[in-house]
Amino acid sequence: MTGAARTVAALARRALNEIFRVPGAAIPGILAPTIFMLGLSSVFGNAVHIPHFGVSDFRTYIVPVGLLQAAGFTGAATGVNLARDIEQGWFDRLLLSPTPRVVLLAGIVSSASLRALLPSSFLLLVATLLGVRFPGFLGIVVAALLVMGLAMAIAFYAVILALRFRTQQAAPLMQMGGFIAVLFTSAYAPRALLTPWLRTVSDLNPVTDVLTGVRQGFIGSVTWADTGPALLALGAMLLVLGALAVRGLRRTGV
Amino acid sequence: MTRTVWALARRALRNLLRRPQFIAPLVVFPTLMLAVNVGGLSRTTTLPGFTPGVHGFLDFQLAAAITQSLLLGGVSAGIAVALEIEGGFFDRLVAAPIPRLAIVLGRLVATTVIAVAQVAYFLALGLILGAHIRSGVPGALLVAGIGALAGTGFGALGVMIALRARSASTVQGIFPLVFVVLFVSTAFFPRNLLESPAREIARFNPLSYLADGMREPIIHPLQLAAVLDGFAAAAGIAVVAGALSVLALRGRLRDA
Repeated sequence: MTGAARTVAALARRALNEIFRVPGAAIPGILAPTIFMLGLSSVFGNAVHIPHFGVSDFRTYIVPVGLLQAAGFTGAATGVNLARDIEQGWFDRLLLSPTPRVVLLAGIVSSASLRALLPSSFLLLVATLLGVRFPGFLGIVVAALLVMGLAMAIAFYAVILALRFRTQQAAPLMQMGGFIAVLFTSAYAPRALLTPWLRTVSDLNPVTDVLTGVRQGFIGSVTWADTGPALLALGAMLLVLGALAVRGLRRTGV
Repeated sequence: MTRTVWALARRALRNLLRRPQFIAPLVVFPTLMLAVNVGGLSRTTTLPGFTPGVHGFLDFQLAAAITQSLLLGGVSAGIAVALEIEGGFFDRLVAAPIPRLAIVLGRLVATTVIAVAQVAYFLALGLILGAHIRSGVPGALLVAGIGALAGTGFGALGVMIALRARSASTVQGIFPLVFVVLFVSTAFFPRNLLESPAREIARFNPLSYLADGMREPIIHPLQLAAVLDGFAAAAGIAVVAGALSVLALRGRLRDA
């Protein structure tokens, strides 16, 4: 293993250790997507009776939204943790180390993609116990890849804010970004049933394609027509937000 | 006593206004939820069994956004008290020659003022976006009255938790619970259209009566029955939570 890979692994392991060593801070983030899924399906379950909704079980429709919310919460938490490390001086010591800054960034955001699997797995377990349709092996693999990728993208966004504001008080901004990205899509209803303004926003929002990619296995079968645009949208988000995060990191402490 | 309460309330309000990061979540999150719910599910008003006579889903959802915002206001009040405990200001207040009850009452008066502002914000937002308040100005005042009472109650709950937990992060941890109690009420959707067991739980959840009490003057011409239920639920929450917060203060002073 090269030095860079060892650094990335060490930073990712440090972030994962926090889950088990400070569980009080991690538990709300693990439970929140499941609470949202259960709550939204209890409240709006009858929405499937709207003509042309196209799905008979609202839980099946909303579980993919919960998976993306897990990515959103985890990505935002990565930024909040970085802001804490900046406030407490730990990040300055990392910057003084001979490790390239891009490697530091890779370690921070890769931890987000791994951490996102915990709330997602818990949500899937609860959903399966409640009888939500299992998306199959391919559906799960595609969904996991997209969730991990989105967690990285939102972590990049949260890192940009953490480096800009250098305080945990920016946490609401980080959480809000993920919240808007995930919910201002076809989260609650198919595109045709959205109000015109939300339809326009969801058409412009790249996370809509990612949601479609995650959802496909739950409501039908996995196809390249849904997977391709999802991967493309995710790749574009990672490229743009990643470049901005690298730029922010290079300017830090200069 | 009154002067002390008012001075502490003014301090709490000034602190909140000077730190927008604390006040923003009270309105931003409920506003976003309102936008997503209305944008995604506006056609649910056509479902059989939906509350008759509603002008639109925005009108129906306004009470949900207000209730959610007031609950977050309670969390915010709790975090503020916990930060005062962590920072040592609370101990200095306890040592000061003032009635100790004023420490809690000052915070609650500030929460009441903020609650009225939260209700006014959502009613104004609703009107701008095309909602109708069918009961007019008297109806808006009734909504503000129920909201002020409920906001005070939620603030008292937040203060009680802060006095017991003494940690801002613990109080912050109750944030997901806000959504749990909201989801098992009629805040977002009519009771007969909720899925089981939320439908059964909603019958016993005071938030249902609170949200319906605020919703009624918005979606229908004034009918006192639901409004009185809303006032009763809000007053019940305020009295019980207020008593619990005073008990928590006594416990905290005993331990000090």
